[in-house]
This record gives sequence, C-alpha cells and structure tokens, in this order.
Amino acid sequence: MQALTNRAQEVSRKPMTFMERLYIPSILKGMAITFSHIFKKQPTIRYPEQKREFSPVFRGLHVLNRDEEGRERCTACGLCAVACPAEAITMEAAEREVGQENLYREEKYAAKYEINMLRCIFCGLCEEACPKDAIYLSETFAPANFTRTGFIYGKDHLLIPNPVTEPEAYAAAKGQRN
Amino acid sequence: MTLLAVDWLLIIEKLVLIAIIVFASLGIALYTTFAERKVAAVLQDRPGPNRAGPFGLLQPFADGLKLIMKEEIIPTSSNKALFVLGPGLAMTAALMTCSVIPWSSHIEIFDRKIDLQIADINIGILYIFGVVSMGVYGMMIGGWASNNKFSLMAALRGASQAISYELAMGLSLIAVLMLSGSLSLKTIVDGQMAAGSYWNIVYQPLGFIIFFVCALAECNRTPFDLPEAENELNFGYHQEYSSMKLGFYLFSEYINMIMSSAVMASLYFGGFDVPFLDESTLAPNIAAIIGVAALLTKIAIFIFVFMWIRWTVPRFRYDQLMNLGWKTMIPLALFNMLVTGALILLKAGV
Repeated sequence: MQALTNRAQEVSRKPMTFMERLYIPSILKGMAITFSHIFKKQPTIRYPEQKREFSPVFRGLHVLNRDEEGRERCTACGLCAVACPAEAITMEAAEREVGQENLYREEKYAAKYEINMLRCIFCGLCEEACPKDAIYLSETFAPANFTRTGFIYGKDHLLIPNPVTEPEAYAAAKGQRN
Repeated sequence: MTLLAVDWLLIIEKLVLIAIIVFASLGIALYTTFAERKVAAVLQDRPGPNRAGPFGLLQPFADGLKLIMKEEIIPTSSNKALFVLGPGLAMTAALMTCSVIPWSSHIEIFDRKIDLQIADINIGILYIFGVVSMGVYGMMIGGWASNNKFSLMAALRGASQAISYELAMGLSLIAVLMLSGSLSLKTIVDGQMAAGSYWNIVYQPLGFIIFFVCALAECNRTPFDLPEAENELNFGYHQEYSSMKLGFYLFSEYINMIMSSAVMASLYFGGFDVPFLDESTLAPNIAAIIGVAALLTKIAIFIFVFMWIRWTVPRFRYDQLMNLGWKTMIPLALFNMLVTGALILLKAGV
C-alpha cells in the first residue's frame, strides 16, 4: 500500500533490547529535551494586559457608520440583509421627517437595525453589499453575554459615536479602518 | 534546673524543635505545590500561575482556601470514622518521618549544646521504614472506608506497589548500612563527613539509583503514580474525598517527597555536609546554619529532579510496574548488596 505522506513510519514489533529495557537511557534523553525547554521563549500572551494584534483584514463586530457631519449613512435599502448568508440582519425602514436632516443623510433611514451575533458568521458580505459604506466590520469581537437576547445587537450597540460631538469615541470605534 | 530528675530544658528544647520542623515542613510543602506548577509550566514553555500576588507567590494560599471552602462530602455508605481517619493517618505518617533526620550538627546557646535532630535513635533508618509503611495504611483505610469498588481497587494497587518497591529499597539500603555499620542517620552522615571519606554516592552509585527509583514509587510520583491515574484507571483511593480531606492526601504526598529527599540526601549525599569545607574549623553556630542551608539545598535539588521526571516521563502500565519492581529492581539490589559485601570483606583482608 502506498503511504499518503512521506512521514508515515512502519510500526516496529521487535522485542526491546537490554538497553531499551533499562529505560534509563531513554528517560535521560527525554529529560534532556524537557530541560532544554526551560530556556525556550514562552509564546504566551498575557491576555488582559497584552493583546494579540489582529491582522488588517480581521473581521470583527459590525459598525453602522456616520458621515463626517455625524449623519447616519444607512438608508435601509436591505441589500446587506439580502447578501447575508446567515440571515442575521433585520431592519425596518422609516421616512425622514422635516427637521431631521442633521440626523439622517437621505430621505429614508433604518428605524430599527438588528444583527443577531449568534447567527452572524462574520463573513463581511454585508460590508461588500452596502452601496453607501454604511456598515463595516471593525477590529473588536463580540463580548460574552448571559442571555441569547443579549446577542441581538440593535442600533444602540452598532451605531458609531457622532464624530462632531464625540470625536475621541468616534476615532476609537473607527479603529484602523477607513 | 532539674526537677524530679527530669531535664525540663531538654523537653522545652525538643518541643521548640518539633514545632519549628513540623511548621517548616508544612510551609515548604505548601510552596512545593507552587514549585510543581511553576516547574511544569517552565518545562512546557508556559508562564505558570502568576496572578495571585507578585509572581503568583500567594497561589498556594488561594489553593488552600479553595480546598477549605469546598463542600465536605462523606458518602452515606462509607465507614465514617475510618473515612475521616484515612487522610489524618497519611498526614501523620508523612510528618513523623522528619523526627530522625539530622538537619544539622548542633548549635550552642548559653553553653547548652542543642542537637538539630529531634531524636537520634540508633535504629533511625528502620524507624523511617516503619513509619513509611504506616503511610500505606492511610491509603488502604481511605480506599476501603469509601465503600466504592474503584477506590478499593486503587488502594490495593497502591498498597501492592508500595510494598513491592519497599523490598528493593530495603535491599539497596542494606549496602549503605554495611558501609556505615550503623542504623542511626546521624552516624551515617558523620561517617560521610569525616575527613578522608567520600559521600556514599561514590561507593553506591547503583544502590542510589535503585533507592531513587523506589523512592519515586513510594511517593506515588510519576512514572509510578498509578494510585492516582485519573484518566485511565478512574482516579485513585481518594476518589470519594473532597475538600480539605483530599487536600490532606495530596499534601501528604508532597511532605513524603520532602522527607524522602532528606533521607536520600542524608544516606547518599552527605546530609548537611558541604563539599570541600571543613566544618570543624568554623564556630559551631555558623557551621550549623551552613549545614541546614546545605541540606535544604540538596532537598530542593532532589525535589526539582522529582518534578523534572514527573513532567517528562509517562506513566508505567501496571504489569510493567510490577515487572520492573520484582524482576529488575530486586535482583539488581541483591547484586549490589553482594558486591558491596564482597568488596568490604576483600578490603578487610579476611
């Protein structure tokens, strides 16, 4: 039979020699190996203090974006919900009233926008589908929660802070992306 | 200061010594558990416990607190008195060993010579063997009183292992006793310290290896930790134990480790002797302190080797364990004993 890889080794069934039955040489060999590990570098990342750096293409929690004047970009067109393979996104559209021009960029906006983080597979297709650059995946991941309903993130969770009134929070939420 | 012909100072002095040694061994055992975890971590490229206190130094106290706060469970079908007695017996037997170990020569306070050994009895090493055998009762009683077949089988396994390896241990010890001509640990150490004589390891390398392997088996340490093989043999004789009673069993294992290290250091590595240093030229108090430090260093090295082996070698199978004990260790120990005896006779010119 042909081996699948060149790493396959045939099992040896021959009885142990006297030196092998003594165990001590092989035990000493093993101890030398473990001793050499004392001087090896530890790969541990001490988590709450140190954090592993994400790659620039990391896809984490979603963010609903605002434009530079602090208006919501989302027009509730539903393309993200259609693109979503996990069917995690639901939304309800509403019409912009007079006097709300500083809140919403266009005449239609999302009154309700929810993502179920337990369904979401963080594939980023919603980000690709969005014609308004209104949704993108940030560099943070979903924190733990005690209930299933806690994982359904609404607009209060998803919406980025207003860049006009809270510039620091906006910059922190925006991260390295643009 | 003699009342009723009793030297009260001697009693006070011994009581103080007992208190110091018992609490010191408990404290060292506490930190041995910490050292075990740190050594395991370092050998496996991990940082180990480092959250409780600086460098994780408060970890053993956190562990102890956790064990005390856990629910105390006594199975309804168990023999309650024996169930409680088991861990106590294991702990007592472990602590009793320290009474004959010479920790150092002697100190002088107000013209009074105080030996740093609780009891220099002339059958010291025999006493240790007796007490260690008592430790097997802790294991047996614990396993039997649990009224659980797995605990009972694990206890039998542990007891048969301890008894098998005690034989080879005793036989390898006889060679040392032939060299020193005494059962008193103090005399054995003094013989190694005397000018012109070497440590017993020079005369007894094979005997030391046998003794060391048997000590590993006696302390239930890897590769002989079958009494507590959690995954393949359904844990050990302490399966039904919880809370601090389990803690006592685990703790007594660490005390056993310290004591067997101390015995090995005394028998084969000159006890409190510092190599290339003539203690008789120093003031007795300074020599005593250096001696204690030397013995503790030797113990620490032995404990490190114990742990190093534990985190390197996998566990033996039970038949391999018995084969090694009866078919390899005992013949080797007998051979070692015969050769030693023959050489002593040759040297004496009989």
